Amino acid sequence: MHSAEGELSFWRKYVFSTDHKVIGKQFLFSSLFFFIVGGLLALLIRTQLAWPWEEIPVVGPLIYGEESGNILLPERYPALVTMHGTIMIFFFIIPILSGAFGNFLIPLMIGAKDMAFPRVNMISYWVMVPAFLVMVASFFVEGGTAAAGWTSYVPLSARPDMIPGSGLGQTLWIVSLLLVGTSSTMGAINYVTTIVTLRAKGMQMFRLPLTIWALFITAILVLLATPVLTSGLLLLLLDRTIGTHFFLPDGGGQVLLWQHLFWFYSHPAVYIMILPAMGMASDIISCFARKPLFGYRPMVFSIMGIAGLGFIVWGHHMFQSGMNPVLGITFMTSTMMIALPSAIKTFNWLATLWRGQLHLTAPMLNALAFVSTFVIGGLSGIYSAATPVDIFIHDTYWIVGHIHYVLFGGSLFGVFAAIQYWFPKMFGRTMSDRWGKVHFALTFVTFNCVFFPMFILGERGMPRRLADPYNYNFLASLQPLNQFMTVSAYALALSQIILFANFFVSLYRGRAAVANPWLANTLEWTTSSPPPLENFHTAPVVHRGPYEYSSPEVSEDWLPQDRVLGGAAAD
Amino acid sequence: MKSLKLYLVLTLVVLALLVAACGGGGGSEPAAPSGGDSGGSEPVTSPVDPATAGTITGRVLFTGVAPEPEAILMDAEPTCQALYPDGAFAETVVVNDNGTLRNVFIYVKAGLGDVQFPTPGEGVVLDQKGCRYIPHVFGMQAGQDLVIRNSDDVLHNIHPVPTVNDSFNVGQPVKDMETTKTFEEPEVMIPIACDVHEWMSGYAGVLSHPYYAVSGEDGSFTLSNVPPGTYTVEAWHEVYGAQTMEVTVSEKGAAEIEFTFTGG
Amino acid sequence: MGGSLPQVSTFAGPIDSLYNVILIVTGVAFVLVEGILIVFLLRYRRRPGQKAAYVHGSRQIELAWTVGTGFMLFLLAIYQYRSWIDAKLNLPDESQAQVVRVSSNQFEWNAIYPGADRQLDTADDIKAPINVLHFPLDRPVVIHLESVDVLHSFFVPALRIKQDAVPGRPGRLWFQATQAGEYEVACAELCGLGHYRMRAFVTIEPQAEFETWLAEVAARQQ
Repeated sequence: MHSAEGELSFWRKYVFSTDHKVIGKQFLFSSLFFFIVGGLLALLIRTQLAWPWEEIPVVGPLIYGEESGNILLPERYPALVTMHGTIMIFFFIIPILSGAFGNFLIPLMIGAKDMAFPRVNMISYWVMVPAFLVMVASFFVEGGTAAAGWTSYVPLSARPDMIPGSGLGQTLWIVSLLLVGTSSTMGAINYVTTIVTLRAKGMQMFRLPLTIWALFITAILVLLATPVLTSGLLLLLLDRTIGTHFFLPDGGGQVLLWQHLFWFYSHPAVYIMILPAMGMASDIISCFARKPLFGYRPMVFSIMGIAGLGFIVWGHHMFQSGMNPVLGITFMTSTMMIALPSAIKTFNWLATLWRGQLHLTAPMLNALAFVSTFVIGGLSGIYSAATPVDIFIHDTYWIVGHIHYVLFGGSLFGVFAAIQYWFPKMFGRTMSDRWGKVHFALTFVTFNCVFFPMFILGERGMPRRLADPYNYNFLASLQPLNQFMTVSAYALALSQIILFANFFVSLYRGRAAVANPWLANTLEWTTSSPPPLENFHTAPVVHRGPYEYSSPEVSEDWLPQDRVLGGAAAD
Repeated sequence: MKSLKLYLVLTLVVLALLVAACGGGGGSEPAAPSGGDSGGSEPVTSPVDPATAGTITGRVLFTGVAPEPEAILMDAEPTCQALYPDGAFAETVVVNDNGTLRNVFIYVKAGLGDVQFPTPGEGVVLDQKGCRYIPHVFGMQAGQDLVIRNSDDVLHNIHPVPTVNDSFNVGQPVKDMETTKTFEEPEVMIPIACDVHEWMSGYAGVLSHPYYAVSGEDGSFTLSNVPPGTYTVEAWHEVYGAQTMEVTVSEKGAAEIEFTFTGG
Repeated sequence: MGGSLPQVSTFAGPIDSLYNVILIVTGVAFVLVEGILIVFLLRYRRRPGQKAAYVHGSRQIELAWTVGTGFMLFLLAIYQYRSWIDAKLNLPDESQAQVVRVSSNQFEWNAIYPGADRQLDTADDIKAPINVLHFPLDRPVVIHLESVDVLHSFFVPALRIKQDAVPGRPGRLWFQATQAGEYEVACAELCGLGHYRMRAFVTIEPQAEFETWLAEVAARQQ
């Protein structure tokens, strides 16, 4: 089974590998690294909001330096906010969902030997590496890193005289994101092609696990949306370098054009950041409820619905932008309607639990946390969708709370669930379930302590991206609440040490994993843990859907997709 | 064995990122100025022989009608407004009681040849107090430290708009904060502004030599320790522009000049 | 909504009540969903030897909650139209309103009032001190919102108004104040290092006092 192993050099096998599993792990480790970076940036932001302009012992002199009086300067605060958002979105959530799990799971779950274009797949990772390097380098250039927000609204992002970060730092930000876009596009082409052409015999589209459906639709979103971001970034680059005026009004450019281009990509991107987590949570919930997923087809159609509607709601980011208010009405209506498929998904998850046999393992708890916090994220979006209410809460902490409930409460709990669920398959060892539960409990509590108060701040009208909100009389009383959130954020960050320790200790010392530790149905569990180079010892043949748990046809409560029933040798 | 290789992959990723971090840091170094060796390393010895040096003194007169001082309305910045019970006024044109003009920058524009002057070790202080720059007009040498202090309990940002030198834009959010900057090239004059308080304006004259002065409350100025020779002296005012004058300094001599600006 | 902030414009009441309506609708949804989740978690913990129900879904149930939720969301959207149209589309006749230009730049708000000729961009325009804005009480105010450098956002929490000031694209917004007093303006769009302090003060006062103030500013400017 390891026949091919000896023939490949170390470099071909672990560095410039074309094996989707290795590429998936490369994405996993890189994105976990940036999860730490983005998290530390968040702590610096939170510290400033709790105790503005105070010198942090040790950290202050180390990070901000003597030159700045050892404190955070007001021109750096926007840079922190910008890079926290940029890194978490482009270097953590998107790569870990599509890059790590997409790569690792797609061939395994559809019963393929590898991706359709293994070399393109390898390049998709190695295009990310310069993107990482350029973005990290941008912290050290003159003027510092980009500081116009992760949305890089013009003219601020195009005029270095307006904020120091809009110098070389902003250019590097653009270059880095162009590389990220290239990588995502290559990955997406691969995913779509692989899912369409390389499915195992018998794996009809409607026998695909929801993880694959979600990754498939996500890849289509990437293919349709990323070119728009790329063109926007290129135009911005031209405005900044050779003096064009696509976005700058003094030469006849349109400031709002950038916002339209940016959100035409970035709203679908929000779904790029949540759909794969939805898919993975669906698989995990069905497995640990030991029950077929309720409403498989409605679940698939709601993913499609979200993706389709996702392209006609971008204007809800621009209700107060000075855009024609008539458009606000249509965008509000489409935005309200996009809540529908999300609601359908939530109801189906709940119905999956109904009359199930719930195994509350660490992955299951995280998947359930995904559902319960995603509900808050989704419901809080309705306030922002309602244009009159949005007049008040737009660009306040309300939206910060909303996005964190969707992306941290949603995607990140989904990621926690997925890491612990597929860890045995990835590394052939098992993570500690007990420590997984400790991590879950601490994370769940501290997460809500950090992010729920954001709705209170938003409801009081505290604008986002303020380095020191308390110079406003109407916000001065909010400092104690912010301090509580900051302390909770420290606790939340410390809780992640448990996850990382569990992860790395298990990598070496974890109990050896069997092929199918969770007694799950999908194809990746039919091969050894970890799978051999070309995944399957014999090409799998699929006989049924992925969620045949507790089927009356067999005495066990699981029925793998490839098992032949009725024959003499069932296995 | 499997895990060992995995570990290697991981290490590689982290290493690559570290290299990036250091590489990026290294890459930014050239931003540091190469020509401007500030004071410290060079011996602070003047090339001027004190035995022969003379002085240039003079006054800046004002004739005609001075414009009414422009009121500054600091209503939205009570901490600053409180410092001006009789109202705050712009310092654009300040005519002294003796008919002289204040805040004129007088400096040797030409005639020094290529004599190299050491950069003073001591910095020039620009204070922000009561939401204005003190001093309003000042001179300094290229490479000399500019110590910017915020004596107000409000945010100021110092945003010079030079044409030759590199600009910077630094915020000082807290009281008594000090930031040190330098201008590496001679440039007369560099306007300085605060984006938080539009009325705040200042001007820095950056020179390669120490022969500059700003006319004060009696409109007089003195340039001392000037080596004998013939010089072009310029007087610059933010509203009335610049005037030049030829002046000869004899050995140990005292040259006297007068500039006259006309208003109205 | 707005916590301790007073409701000082004609929009404030309707907007706050829309907020409350959504709060009730989403509150009920939240309690139902999370409640059911918790009940299921307790009720369906695994019992040794038992198998889960072998159910794949139900067309009727799917149809019911899809149509039901969709209808609710659509109603909720339509229910917002009126307030939005009032706030952003039905601008009052400028000849009957107090017109003010609010021009923004890093990091200040400048109010410019028409002089006796009631026209902006004429010699008798009156420019208020920076970050000081006065508006008359109980009278429509139309703001011509501009920016000369980067994006800013004119946010007066007490008035429940917010709109971006877009360079190169002047915008209009309006309100009618219902309560005299002094309130704060915050910038709500990241605009640079002084964004956090791009603060102005709004004074709402009866028409007569407003006119007195305007005359004083005009006099001080001479």
